[in-house]
Amino acid sequence: MILLSAKGLKLAFGGVKAADGIDLDVRNGEFLAIIGPNGAGKTTFINMVTGYLTPQAGEIHYDGQPLVGLAPRRLVRLGIARSFQLPQLFLEHTVAENVALAIAAREGLWSPIRPLMRSAWRAEADDILAQFDLSDIAERRADTLNEGARKLTDIAMAVALKPRLILMDEPTSGVAASEKISIVETLVRVLRTAGVTAVFVEHDMDVVSRFADRVAVWSQGKIAALGPPGAVLTDPNVLRDVIGIETEAGHAAA
Amino acid sequence: MGWLGDNGMLLGLAMLDGLSYAAAVFMVAVGLNLVFGVMHVLNVAHGSLYAIGGYAAASLSLFLIARGMPPWLSIPSLVVSSAIVGAILGPPIERLLRSVSGQEEVLQLLVTFALFMILEDLQKLVWGVQPVVSDAPVKLLGTIDVPFGRDAIPFTSYQLFLLPGVALVTLIGLAWFLRRTLAGRMIVAVTVDREAARAMGINAGKVMLLTFTAGAALAALGGALASPTTSLVPGIGASTIVLSFAVVATAGLGQIEGAALTALMIGLGRSLAVYFAPEFEVVVPYFIMVSVLLVRPQGLFAVPETRRI
Amino acid sequence: MSRYADLVLTLLAAAFVLALSWAVPWLRFVMTIAIAKGLAVLGILLLLRAGQVSFGHALYLSLAAYVVAFMAARIPEVLLLLPLAAVVAASIGLLVGLFVSRYRAIFFGMLNLALSMVFYSMLDKFYEVTRGGDGIRVPVTSFAGVVLSPDQQSWALLILALVLAVGFGAFVRLYLLSPMGSALSALKTREARLEFMGIPARRILLSAYVLSAFMAGCGGALIALSTRHVTPALAYWTASGELVFIAILGGAGSVFGPFLGALAYELTRTYAAALVADAWQMILGTVLLVVILFAPGGLWGIGRALVVRGRQA
Repeated sequence: MILLSAKGLKLAFGGVKAADGIDLDVRNGEFLAIIGPNGAGKTTFINMVTGYLTPQAGEIHYDGQPLVGLAPRRLVRLGIARSFQLPQLFLEHTVAENVALAIAAREGLWSPIRPLMRSAWRAEADDILAQFDLSDIAERRADTLNEGARKLTDIAMAVALKPRLILMDEPTSGVAASEKISIVETLVRVLRTAGVTAVFVEHDMDVVSRFADRVAVWSQGKIAALGPPGAVLTDPNVLRDVIGIETEAGHAAA
Repeated sequence: MGWLGDNGMLLGLAMLDGLSYAAAVFMVAVGLNLVFGVMHVLNVAHGSLYAIGGYAAASLSLFLIARGMPPWLSIPSLVVSSAIVGAILGPPIERLLRSVSGQEEVLQLLVTFALFMILEDLQKLVWGVQPVVSDAPVKLLGTIDVPFGRDAIPFTSYQLFLLPGVALVTLIGLAWFLRRTLAGRMIVAVTVDREAARAMGINAGKVMLLTFTAGAALAALGGALASPTTSLVPGIGASTIVLSFAVVATAGLGQIEGAALTALMIGLGRSLAVYFAPEFEVVVPYFIMVSVLLVRPQGLFAVPETRRI
Repeated sequence: MSRYADLVLTLLAAAFVLALSWAVPWLRFVMTIAIAKGLAVLGILLLLRAGQVSFGHALYLSLAAYVVAFMAARIPEVLLLLPLAAVVAASIGLLVGLFVSRYRAIFFGMLNLALSMVFYSMLDKFYEVTRGGDGIRVPVTSFAGVVLSPDQQSWALLILALVLAVGFGAFVRLYLLSPMGSALSALKTREARLEFMGIPARRILLSAYVLSAFMAGCGGALIALSTRHVTPALAYWTASGELVFIAILGGAGSVFGPFLGALAYELTRTYAAALVADAWQMILGTVLLVVILFAPGGLWGIGRALVVRGRQA
């Protein structure tokens, strides 16, 4: 079954074609990795699906329903959540409060006098944080966290919304290389358990080949290749692109 | 024809007042815009600089005349007094604002509000609360009879030529300066991306200091230019800051030519109200602003930009 | 702070206010005005939590004061006038809020200032209706159906002010801990994320804005009933500035801040303002700068730090 279907998406910023006819079907329950060089339009795709940007042409259907033109707020209600390349946390709140606010948002209970940290939400937030191994920092303020913890909290907030589809923009960027695999393992375990379909942008080919069901290769606003990691990551054309990414990423980090 | 004649006369006077008022407000608004661009804080005390500029110009020209100096000196003295006001008040205020630039936005805003409170009283302490009038430059330039239907309306040359002229020169000069000169390009670079400008070797601190001082001097010049056409009273700083804010907001932040057109629109609207519906004088500019913002929240001339996430 | 400590502190503060008003009768009036302003400042505090500052909240305070002045002849009953005035203020707050809640930071602050200046000039210029700068005298009103002596009335108003302060203080304290209040400070740090979680940021700000207008309305009604005379000066920008000043002076970290700040401000003003009338705004501005730069927690923050240090020593 197709959960998300994008057809002919186009969006240009000035002369730069960030999306130049994107066609992509995301299957229910799959983990789809998006790879490609910086500036290929990967984040633009996520921004269009989550309502932050409106494509100039094309259609997006989610569960058979047209999405283009709906605000991010409406899309969340339909079950589409996202995380960010640069974590978007509420800096004056604790980690637990960040997650609890997401739970409150999902429940839509806006009583002005019942506390955010009421027992049921508190318990659920603790439960989600435990799944992400974040229990130790639950009471820390978000502006005191290191990059890895901020990244995971950001994703935990998206998961707390109980989405059917989650889009993650570089979930492992900024995370120490030694922690990377264990973080992704945690993430995959949580999402698989919850039965969430995931689309994620990733630069690490090791992560992609181990965890993605399918890979889409982005190049200059188009999808250059699409298929299972085993096939796509051995394609010589893609390999050249991928090697390009690797050197670029290595260059940027240096 | 009598009715039309009388109203035509009023209309003519209203247009003239509106034009000169727009010119003065434009000077304040353009400085507000420049400073916001480089410092990312909208300086509430900017209106006080207008008031102080007006008082300083009046004092200097009254002083010159009392000393028996030739009256034509009162015109260059407008510029000189504004430059002095900018040079004295600009740098310390800029320093203060920069010292809190790392703080929360709302605190920076409150700092400028505190400065506004201080400057409003400072001006009362120095110049008192009685109206100050200094119309030497207006008298000096005399009036011109402009035919209007069968009547001729005596327009003061000061309001008809000098005030709009200075505003026009400022507009053209500034546009040229920002687009064509190295210093201007540096200001634009700091406005667009302070960190990138620093990385390119631009001394952002120096750019901020100079821009702020220039913006302060422009506000003071606006006040100085307006001072001969009106009597100076406490409270003009407050009404000027909200009015020039209305211009900046209606035009859209960062728009210079747009601010000029908007100043003209708001200045004319306001002075038409002064002549035909005086109760609504203060309401008209905000009515224009609110109507525009309801339709175009980013202002008339600005292009909405997407925040990066 | 625990709920228990807050309760004890509230009772102590109320007892202090009552005792002082009993010992020094003319302070009763000063205290009532201070608490009334504290109510309006409580609204400023809410907006500050969202990272927004309104330079025009005297609009709601003065609006309610004028509603009392206009309606007192027809409805000469404090317990009806006050809610009526507050509801009018909140309704206008809703209308204005629908517009200003689209804006942030300086736009939010200045649009509020601009609208309050419009209201001020209307009060000043429509002489036939508002009697301009002369203002309007508020006729004698009954309290709960009883016409009290001036002395009794002043006690009644002080106690009403205290009840409102405790009630709204407790409500705002709960509000700030609720998802609504939590989303307010979330709006300050990461507004975009709120939308991606399905939370309508504008409505969050609007709710706080209407609540702030309602509280300012209660304050304005109390001021009109106590001073028995309303003038456009209530709506002037300096009156709005005063509210912002008190918020920062008292400290935005606790619901006690606004009332602590308002009492300190009104007491100082009573003694000092006449001496330095021409430099009053200047002194306020300087104190505001000093507080922002050196004691961002305000008086409440200073007091707390002293208590904490005392416990450690």
